[in-house]
Amino acid sequence: MKILVAVKRVVDYNIKVRIKPDGSDVDIAGVKMSVNPFDENAIEEALRIKEQGKATEVIVVSFGSTANHDVLRHALAMGADRAILVESDEKLQSLGVAKLLKAVVLREQANLILLGKQSVDDDAGQMGQMLAALLDYPQATFASSIKLDGNEAIVTREVDGGTETLALDLPAVITADLRLNEPRFVKLPNLMMARKKPIETLSASELGLDIQPRLTLLKVNEPPARKPGIKVNSVEELVSKLRAHEGIQL
Amino acid sequence: MKTLILAEHNGKELSPAVQQAVTAAQFWQAPIDLLIAGGNETILQKAASIQGVTRVIHANAAHLAHPLAEDVANLIVSLANDYQVILAAHSSYSRNILPRVGALLDVAMISDALTIQANNIYTRSCYAGNVHNVIQSIDKTQLLTIHSSNFAAATLGASTEIINIDAPAAFTRTRWVSETHNLSHRPALSSAKIVISGGRSLGSAEKFEEVLSPLAAKLGAALGATRAAVDAGYAPNDIQVGQTGVVVAPELYFAIGVSGAVQHTYGMKDSKIVVAINQDPDAPIFQVADYGLVADLFEVVPKLTAEVNSRN
Repeated sequence: MKILVAVKRVVDYNIKVRIKPDGSDVDIAGVKMSVNPFDENAIEEALRIKEQGKATEVIVVSFGSTANHDVLRHALAMGADRAILVESDEKLQSLGVAKLLKAVVLREQANLILLGKQSVDDDAGQMGQMLAALLDYPQATFASSIKLDGNEAIVTREVDGGTETLALDLPAVITADLRLNEPRFVKLPNLMMARKKPIETLSASELGLDIQPRLTLLKVNEPPARKPGIKVNSVEELVSKLRAHEGIQL
Repeated sequence: MKTLILAEHNGKELSPAVQQAVTAAQFWQAPIDLLIAGGNETILQKAASIQGVTRVIHANAAHLAHPLAEDVANLIVSLANDYQVILAAHSSYSRNILPRVGALLDVAMISDALTIQANNIYTRSCYAGNVHNVIQSIDKTQLLTIHSSNFAAATLGASTEIINIDAPAAFTRTRWVSETHNLSHRPALSSAKIVISGGRSLGSAEKFEEVLSPLAAKLGAALGATRAAVDAGYAPNDIQVGQTGVVVAPELYFAIGVSGAVQHTYGMKDSKIVVAINQDPDAPIFQVADYGLVADLFEVVPKLTAEVNSRN
């Protein structure tokens, strides 16, 4: 059984992004980039499934420019067997990526597609569900536990107010929540070895899919700031200030 | 053309955010239909009472008792021809279903829209709420989830017509197995008027409960936690407030022993009044707080609890 994991290269989640002076986009020149954290959970889970003897190969794929080689090498250093870059100059959006990823799934005949539940740049959380729909595959989003049993995946999902457990026939698409696992630490020798592994390159344009962006970015704004607050010196002062607000009963 | 709202419910009750979705849908000034997949009489009656709705469409079938994304998406797609706009309140329910609809209709989806403007322009937050993107959709069908706390709730009191329809055949390759509910005597986090959140400074699960529970009980408040507190095992995952957890916008929010990472502030910065209690005067949480108290939480929270009047 093959597992395919898609990895996105995003601004490191510890970095507070700046907006370009003309407000056209965020300024990511020279900013530290990393594997999308949820995608790291997906890679980790794929590796654990393989280590349990339930998968034969873990393939990672990324979409965009050759700058994505670093996140693919990170995945290889974690233990993935192979890496593919689907090269594209287009501003890729969820629906376009889902279409490209579908082509890779079919090419690789992957039985399980593991993805992060959302990327921490766009915060959209759409791609896995879109991919599942395009392939007409079962889906389980926000997974906190995955158990494979023959041709079935038993997945527990984190939903508002609790959890839900589903049984999915493979092939299927599963998206990872943070609680799924703790991704392994990448050791330096593994990173050095990963540098020597080849990365296969496919051309997005040769796949002949409509991946034009459907959403046009008009402007990027700072979120409205909250009015500056005040410091209070005691519990008594705090309570009296709060009581002065209409509708607050304390 | 018309607007379709996917109305969320949990099998027992209609989600209160449906009323906010109705207000958002009124932007298009077109007839609004509410779609309810599965559900019971209580849910239907509540839906039919929301002002501003043209029709309540009820799809019932055995396989919708625990609705799967696959089945609800197919149901929406079977109706989609009549609608120019398809929307829902942003939640784990709609986030699971609507992207699937987008792919089947070949349209992009706008997740968690903060504002809706003319010409299919929306604002949405990216990078954990650090920037707001203004985007324009070029698709014929507008598909979106809305950030409920940015929209007023439509009022009740109507008695709208309820229409029953058949659902498409079940998607049998996914099967519902079970669910767990986090039972709590406290109000639901996402709709509570007062939320009290604790951070890693609480130090242990025992202290988290011991320090925060009496205050929550007295105020009738919901308890929340930061991701750091959840990861440290002080609080259950489902009460995590933030980018990867629940987004709340109560009347009053207490951040207790919370540093104020962007991950967390994303989930609470729409609160009306924010109170921060933290020993570190430089903690970033004070930048989003209306009232900051620099103090040892173990000392002042019990004092605060004694000072406030009980709701019971």
